[in-house]
Amino acid sequence: MASLIAMTALGAREPAIITRGPLTITERFDVALASVAARKGRMADVAKAAEKAGIPLPGPAAHQQGTAYSAFWTASEMWFVEAPFATHELIADLLKSALGDAASITEQTDAWVVFDLAASDLARVLERLCSVDFSSVPAGYATRTVLEHLGVYLIKHGPGAARVYGPRSSAESLLHALETAARSVF
Amino acid sequence: MTQSHRIVGGQIDRTKTLSFTFDGLPYQGHPGDTLASALLANGVRLMGRSFKYHRPRGPISSGSEEPNALVELRSGGRQEPNTRATVAELYDGLTANSQNRWPSLRFDAMGINDKLSTFFAAGFYYKTFMWPKSFWEKLYEPIIRRAAGLGSVTREEDPDDYDKGFLHCDLLVIGAGPTGLMAALTAGRAGKRVILTDEDFRMGGRLNAETFAVGDAPGADWAAATVAELLVGAFDHGIYSAVERVSDHLPTPAAGKPRQILWRLYTGKAILAGGATERPIAFENNDRPGIMIAGALRAYANRWGVKVGERVAVFTNNDDGLRTAKDLQAKGVDVVAVIDSRQGGDLLPGIRHLQGAEVIDTAGKLGLTSITIRHANGRSETVAVDALGVSGGWNPNVNIHSHHRSRPVYDASIAAFVPGQDGPPGLLVAGAAAGQMSTHDALKTGRDAALAALDLGTAPDLPQAEGAPIRITPLWHVAHGKGRAWIDQQNDVTVKDVKLAKQENFTSVEHLKRYTTLGMATDQGKTGNVIGLAIMAELTGRSIPETGTTIYRPPYTPVALGALAGRSRGTEFKPFRLTPSHQWAKEQGAVFVEVGNWLRTQWVPKAGETEWRQSVDREVLATRKSVGICDVTTLGKIDIQGTDAGAFLDRVYANTFSTLAVGKCRYGLMLREDGIVFDDGTTARMGENEYVMTTTTANAVTVFRHLEFCRQCLWPEMDVQLISTTEAWAQFSVAGPNARNLLAKIVDQDISDTAFPYMGAGNITVGGGLRARLFRISFSGELAYEIAVPTRYGDALLREMLAKGAEFDPIIYGTEALGVMRIEKGHVAGGELNGQSTALNMGLGKMVSKKKDSIGMVLSQREGLTDENGYRLVGVKPVDLHAKLTAGSHFLEKGAAPVAANDVGWLTSKVYSPHLGCDIALGYLKAGDKKIGQRMRIVNLLAGLDTEVEIISPHMFDPEGERLRG
Repeated sequence: MASLIAMTALGAREPAIITRGPLTITERFDVALASVAARKGRMADVAKAAEKAGIPLPGPAAHQQGTAYSAFWTASEMWFVEAPFATHELIADLLKSALGDAASITEQTDAWVVFDLAASDLARVLERLCSVDFSSVPAGYATRTVLEHLGVYLIKHGPGAARVYGPRSSAESLLHALETAARSVF
Repeated sequence: MTQSHRIVGGQIDRTKTLSFTFDGLPYQGHPGDTLASALLANGVRLMGRSFKYHRPRGPISSGSEEPNALVELRSGGRQEPNTRATVAELYDGLTANSQNRWPSLRFDAMGINDKLSTFFAAGFYYKTFMWPKSFWEKLYEPIIRRAAGLGSVTREEDPDDYDKGFLHCDLLVIGAGPTGLMAALTAGRAGKRVILTDEDFRMGGRLNAETFAVGDAPGADWAAATVAELLVGAFDHGIYSAVERVSDHLPTPAAGKPRQILWRLYTGKAILAGGATERPIAFENNDRPGIMIAGALRAYANRWGVKVGERVAVFTNNDDGLRTAKDLQAKGVDVVAVIDSRQGGDLLPGIRHLQGAEVIDTAGKLGLTSITIRHANGRSETVAVDALGVSGGWNPNVNIHSHHRSRPVYDASIAAFVPGQDGPPGLLVAGAAAGQMSTHDALKTGRDAALAALDLGTAPDLPQAEGAPIRITPLWHVAHGKGRAWIDQQNDVTVKDVKLAKQENFTSVEHLKRYTTLGMATDQGKTGNVIGLAIMAELTGRSIPETGTTIYRPPYTPVALGALAGRSRGTEFKPFRLTPSHQWAKEQGAVFVEVGNWLRTQWVPKAGETEWRQSVDREVLATRKSVGICDVTTLGKIDIQGTDAGAFLDRVYANTFSTLAVGKCRYGLMLREDGIVFDDGTTARMGENEYVMTTTTANAVTVFRHLEFCRQCLWPEMDVQLISTTEAWAQFSVAGPNARNLLAKIVDQDISDTAFPYMGAGNITVGGGLRARLFRISFSGELAYEIAVPTRYGDALLREMLAKGAEFDPIIYGTEALGVMRIEKGHVAGGELNGQSTALNMGLGKMVSKKKDSIGMVLSQREGLTDENGYRLVGVKPVDLHAKLTAGSHFLEKGAAPVAANDVGWLTSKVYSPHLGCDIALGYLKAGDKKIGQRMRIVNLLAGLDTEVEIISPHMFDPEGERLRG
């Protein structure tokens, strides 16, 4: 839609895929993201509209997969909603038309760098980085945590799969922390 | 050298030989040895010199309680001082050196201190080096520091990495002796997640050092060796910490692997099974190499296959000491006498067992050669021995249970302190740590503690084990003669020192500790504290419980600073934040400056520029002449939505925002509750219920946190939603007479002055449809805009602006040029927003609206803050245009002496203005608004400056603001 060419958080044209021993770190450049916060007293309206539009609104500390939209809880009556970037680059506009004035919606796509982590023994890497008890929380667990000084969202998709949303400007530092931990463990 | 003192048995791998050096001499040992056990196996007893008197010392223990055998391990950047030889696992190629001696361990010139001991009693320094006062720092302290002390610190950087980590479990078991193993077994078999920690590199605790059986197997075999960890302390909320020594048994860690890991352990319940530490008995000259606690003598024989001496005696006040004599005799060691301070009971068969006797003195310069015994009938006898085991009883290791200030209680039946009632929540104590001293009791209480902690129903069977009772008659020190009897060998504290403390009325244990240094330093008094306080109890006539213990604090055992730092060192001290233009700037060879975690472009040098000012002047001149672009992504951006968004802003800003029209922005001033300026920035109204606030780079996080506090805690009834969008948008300032002409080539909409007037704001598109935001605001005083696109397009937007606007010769300017232009315009920034200044000080007093309530409004009207002759922001230039100004210089009236009383203000920010052709500055000057046009001096005593200046309006460039409205 525009002539400007996008650049990844790591300063490249294509997202990175990095392997450190059994750990694979895949930068995801194809995720559109927006925050949805219910306006005061409007939660029922948000829930109704979201259901109609197929936007999941999971409970605390949870991520819920949907068809176009997936979402995870971030605060009381507040969620981050994910969708494929290719079809939902204008995710904020799309959500606004779905939820109307019942919610405050803010584009968050480029506020974050997204890394998908895959390793059979992922818990051993994460226990060097953050205080989340990764091996005992269920799949679909989502939490805000601190990973090497960086505030991140960590979502568990399976025993060996997680997604990390980290501050985009610190993408290099975050990747370095992940790689260093992997080298230290494996 | 041969291992002359090896005997049969032990848990060492004799099929492999390890080579190591101590003080440059080569020795050999085996896997499973500690440095101390290997040295003792080679007949080396002398391992160090004492702290104060430089007395020759050898190890008195076989564990972490060791006060004497402190060495420097490894060399170069890996050199580690004050390492206890008794816990250092031997590896091939280990190098160790003794410390606190000169020129050598055997001949230490500082040993003269021992002869002068009368002068070095407790309190000596406090009383002696009082006069003259100025001598302390320059003369006395350096000399004392050189003479006393422990190891030396390497000046090289530690080449190894240290990790931190987080572990979770249902049950944390601290100590892997019989108690801890049984507790872990009980919980583990019930399917619970258990973390078992131990400070030793071999699990099993005392089972490794004893000969008795657990079940059908030797105790050591029953104990499974799994991991080697070292517990550091108990912290709030069920959090404990431990250091895992990952690579300390290797010469260098494997590539990418850490030396140590500091684990934070999260657990619901914990069991302290830390065992007990044997304590000696104080008697004259009880500190010679070869004199040990009896359990250590036994451990060296049983676990490491080492006899400490050829002719051994044991001095005891309890049955456990007899066990040492029996074990050594069974190993074929010549036990020449057992000196038992108690009367009555069975005599040991086949050993000279002297009841009612005491050791009153010893001899041997660099190691024990004989002891003097006082028999029950008063007769003295000197016996040649080269090793003496001393047992004064066992102290339960209550430390971790007391890390939250729980006071241990005295149990007279074992003559020791046991854990009190008010330990850390969720922490149970079992086994010897709880005063349950036999192996049977350890196993039973370990199992029961696990059952109780986790509320388990089924319990594993207890293996058969010994259940001998404690039989002890307390003996703290032997009263005899006038010689020195050591209590705390690490700090050279003697019975005499305790007597002196009492004499000078330092009778509280906390005073006793500070006055004598009892229980300080690396061993934290593990062997000496209880003896010291028991002697104080004797002297004062109070009971031991009345006398009490000092406070225990973490860490339980020394921890390397590297482990506490983890990966946070050098360039990894903190994460970096990179701007969207970072890639471009790097390609151009830009100079970066750290602003918080951000790396911002400071200036972008061009070919031929040899000095930073050339680059900065050029950037300023080019911007004011045509157009310059600056990455301002680092400014905080906060999305504020909700039907009460406008009202919310009216409360957090000193000025009004609810009346701002949609599509406009306004400069806002935010105050703290106390009326001082907190932050500033522009906020735009993007829709009826939607605002975008910008903050300073420095305060982006604190302002967001403040707003969240206001929203959640102060006014939860308001309909306001907040989220940071700082990183979501790449934002560039485009400034200069050609700013609009350049942007017109990028922006899809009409941005003429009519369509997009000064202080306009709105959603636009660029480059054929990409969503973007445009704000017509200026920090430079030029016609200027800030344009924002989603961050992924920031780099492309910058390159597009440079390419499409090439006809206007656009330049990229950095933070220095930004600073020059804002000071030329008199805009406040870091130097003025110093956390001490009010809106009135800044000349912005009228911005604080009295028509509405806002945070800080009331307190900004305080008497002290509204003085009409108070500090006001002024501009400053030198009378002689070649003269230099320095930020931080102080204003003085002409002729006034440069003293604080005459100080009337200071320069907050200073730059060279290429437009005015001289240094210019901003400053706070008392009644500054009334002094415009006057001449004053600025004085900087540190820089040697005393310069005549003219006070001018802070708006030094284009004061009418014609350019920015153009």
